[in-house]
Amino acid sequence: MRPLTEEETRVMFEKIAKYIGENLQLLVDRPDGTYCFRLHNDRVYYVSEKILKLAANISGDKLVSLGTCFGKFTKTHKFRLHITALDYLAPYAKYKVWIKPGAEQSFLYGNHVLKSGLGRITENTCQYQGVVVYSMADVPLLLKQKNRRVIAPHSERP
Amino acid sequence: MSPGGAMEGQSVEELLAKAERDEAEKLQRITVHKELELEFDLGNLLASDRNPPTGLRRAGPTPEAELQALARDNTQLLINQLWQLPTERVEEALVARLPEPTTRLPREKPVPRPRPLTRWQQFARLKGIRPKKKTNLVWDEVSGQWRRRWGYQRARDDTKEWLIEVPGGADPLEDQFAKRIQAKKERVAKNELNRLRNLARAHKMQLPSAAGMHPTGHQSKEELGRAMQVAKVSTASVGRFQERLPKEKAPRGSGKKRKFQPLFGDFAAEKKSQLELLRVMKSKKPQLDVTRATNKQMREEDQEEAAKRRKMSQKGKRKGGRQGPGGKRKGVPPSRGGKRKAGLGGKMNSGPLPYGGKRKGGQHQGGKRRK
Repeated sequence: MRPLTEEETRVMFEKIAKYIGENLQLLVDRPDGTYCFRLHNDRVYYVSEKILKLAANISGDKLVSLGTCFGKFTKTHKFRLHITALDYLAPYAKYKVWIKPGAEQSFLYGNHVLKSGLGRITENTCQYQGVVVYSMADVPLLLKQKNRRVIAPHSERP
Repeated sequence: MSPGGAMEGQSVEELLAKAERDEAEKLQRITVHKELELEFDLGNLLASDRNPPTGLRRAGPTPEAELQALARDNTQLLINQLWQLPTERVEEALVARLPEPTTRLPREKPVPRPRPLTRWQQFARLKGIRPKKKTNLVWDEVSGQWRRRWGYQRARDDTKEWLIEVPGGADPLEDQFAKRIQAKKERVAKNELNRLRNLARAHKMQLPSAAGMHPTGHQSKEELGRAMQVAKVSTASVGRFQERLPKEKAPRGSGKKRKFQPLFGDFAAEKKSQLELLRVMKSKKPQLDVTRATNKQMREEDQEEAAKRRKMSQKGKRKGGRQGPGGKRKGVPPSRGGKRKAGLGGKMNSGPLPYGGKRKGGQHQGGKRRK
């Protein structure tokens, strides 16, 4: 377990900033406690200071996970954002897409969403923007990258 | 005399009485009564009060007033003592000359550890050799006077000889003077090396590990490998152009070890550096989306051209066709789009007008324009 290097932090922030933009600094600098990012076995965990101190007592090979896993670094040092980060990113998302309940199930099983299945969408989301997909009950479902006409959650699954 | 005079007399008396009272008060303030006299160490500006602190004990939970009174009294006594010292004038200031301090202050740093013995000292102790007492001056035959044993103008100075006999077995063409100088240099270097080694041992510094370097017959494979690596790197180009044997493999783990920040570093510093990184990233990001700007620009130009062409075509039906201005202009200078966009303060949501749009209640203003 170790803190991220400058390079790794930059790569990760660039990825996250695609979804939440400037609100990233609210993640870094939280009013209700010190949270930090730590790297363990190529995965990035977002963990509060208290839990970090407890986790430090566990040896590296026995430690499975701590805090929330935000994503992992691939072998070529690209950052892949994981679904487990949704809880933290959804409130700060800049662009949101709501899907109708009919299309929701289909979407969750991996199919593309047609334009007719779209409930609401934030204004001025441009093509290939990173969005957070919500159900009509405002439950965040996924993070995706959006196409313009046919909303195609692309092969680039983040 | 007159009532005015009587009044004056009264006021004068009053004034005198007041002055007397003031004097008494001042004296009272200056003189402090203590059962036991204080002990003064004026060199350290120290006053020790040995009186039992009964006043403080009686005071109760908040002895602030009593403490303050006690402090004032003791300070007054100290100042009284200082005023009795011999004074002098230094650059328009009256200065009292303090006596030598009498209190011995404790050590600032801990007692130094005993140094480990040098190699010579160990040997001498072992053999029981004691330092011989030597005389300061030695009789020098050559100059016929007493000279010092070593140093400037010493008794038997090797370097001053102008004739050195070639010893029996030596090569007649050898330079004996150079040989002497060389020998001296070697002795000095050896001495210096030993001194440094003793010093290193005293400070328990790590000498560069010469574990496998001295070829004995019993070295392990790792030691030999390490010795070979060191030998390879000890060239002027730090081993860059050394060839390897045909089946020799490159050494593992010979790169620089990566250093990471400690796990519990300074959280505030970490946060600050991350925020700084974010700020830099934000400032580098183009404030306007260039593609959007250019697309918008091109669309508007297309519309203009279309309008012109329509006008032209109307006129052209009368005047004869005239080609409108050429096709799409490529490479729109982004500065034009930039001026337009920058006026909105860098936000790409030019959709709802800033102060128009939704105004249901006071809650929708400000942040949530995105919805």
